[in-house]
Amino acid sequence: MKLIIAIIQPHKLEDVLQELDKSEIYLKTVSNVLGCGRQKGRTEVYRGKKETGNLLKKVRLEIAVNEKFVDSAILAITKAAKTGRIGDGKIFVLDLTECVRIRTEERGSAAIG
Amino acid sequence: MLDSGDTAWVLISTALVMLMTFPGLALFYGGLVRRKNVLATIMQSFFVLCMISIQWILIGYSLSFGPDQGHFIGSLAWFGLKGVGMAPNPDYAATIPHLLFMAYQMMFAVITPGLITGAFAERMKFSTYVVFTLLWATLVYDPVCHWVWGAGGWLKNIGALDFAGGTVVHVSSGISALVCALVLGKRRGYGREPMPPHNLPLCLIGAALLWFGWFGFNAGSALGANELAVSAFIATNTAAAAAALTWMFIEWKAIGKPTILGGATGAVAGLVAITPAAGFVTPLSSIIIGMMVGVVCYTSVAVIKLRFGYDDSLDAFGVHGVGGMLGALATGLFAEKIVNPAGNNGLFSGNPALLMTQATGVITAAAYAVAVTFILLKVLEATMGLRVEDEEEVIGLDITQHEESAYTLLD
Repeated sequence: MKLIIAIIQPHKLEDVLQELDKSEIYLKTVSNVLGCGRQKGRTEVYRGKKETGNLLKKVRLEIAVNEKFVDSAILAITKAAKTGRIGDGKIFVLDLTECVRIRTEERGSAAIG
Repeated sequence: MLDSGDTAWVLISTALVMLMTFPGLALFYGGLVRRKNVLATIMQSFFVLCMISIQWILIGYSLSFGPDQGHFIGSLAWFGLKGVGMAPNPDYAATIPHLLFMAYQMMFAVITPGLITGAFAERMKFSTYVVFTLLWATLVYDPVCHWVWGAGGWLKNIGALDFAGGTVVHVSSGISALVCALVLGKRRGYGREPMPPHNLPLCLIGAALLWFGWFGFNAGSALGANELAVSAFIATNTAAAAAALTWMFIEWKAIGKPTILGGATGAVAGLVAITPAAGFVTPLSSIIIGMMVGVVCYTSVAVIKLRFGYDDSLDAFGVHGVGGMLGALATGLFAEKIVNPAGNNGLFSGNPALLMTQATGVITAAAYAVAVTFILLKVLEATMGLRVEDEEEVIGLDITQHEESAYTLLD
């Protein structure tokens, strides 16, 4: 079991969700986050005063999958979220030691899908 | 003869109608869009308030109400308000300063192009919006306003009734909104991705301010603190309530639950429909007009729009265009001279001719607005481009058009 954490551009979320659907990966958690990568900050202007924020709005996806879905998940996210410019984000893949479905108390691989 | 009571009421009404555009309409529309576009949407209403305030002083008032040119448009004799002073102009309002009548009408000229913004929300390029709005106000609103309200205007001459702007404001903007929705095309992902309103409380504050401001719009159109203003005030509130109830009961029946957004939309539809009729009909007729527009606008927004698939994003056509046409025709049905001797009798009071006159007004104003709006959009499409780039649309207009964002994650 792996936990895939992807940090992507907010405006790519819809595309990524569609691409994941095509790969039959339906279960995920999505949250708004702030982050900082190589893109550095962006500037917004309020009453003539420039506000440069170091942290940018990003979207974080968390997807727990069995081994055989890892590559297709990575492929789907990359395909949909990539523009080729700085700021596209990152994908982290972590080993997942346990997973419990609360409703049925199933554990492990059976609880993931 | 100046009357201080009349002057006070029209001054207040002018401020009430200003409130309808900003923040009334701004919040009503702003709450309905996605969070990435809320500032850009509010900006459109705000900008039109500023821009038309100047246009109206320079040329708009003269084109609309100035000395008649062939029953089609006013001349530029009153350019920069030349000759428009404190003395009342008996052609328009005999008991208040001419300048006050000008200011009151200014707020109508402001809100009308603002209404159109609901049709192209979330995708219109801001620079093109500015040019479009200025040209639309000058080439569509000012002439149509002259036809209906200007001394010598041809629709006024044939006796078309439009108490507070059903044809001038709502038909002209609503039908133009449909043209905008069709020419610009759908929002990216429309029908495929969810596009729920991002903040309904904002939207409802806007709807409440519209209802409140509409007392200035309709009762103020009596141009005096008199019996007619009272009658219009009551007709206005009655139709709004009847239409809101109708809308909510339809929803209750059709989808199982009444919604507050549905109720607010119904109220606005009722206010639109009673606008041309407010000074000519009884409270009981107002109830019927409200119920009629509730049914008709619900059908146009929840059934017809979905069937044809055009993206009139915030229902500028579905509510203002359809409701405005229904109201103008309903005036031809329900108007009574007992309510307003300066008006006329409608079909139900034994005068079918008025209905024909009303239909003439609606059809010609709509046809003219459609034609000019279409040409304007096509010219702007070829020269400036109507829509933002695809990527800008996805990122949102707040950041891409104005470099601001409404909501932050931290602080």
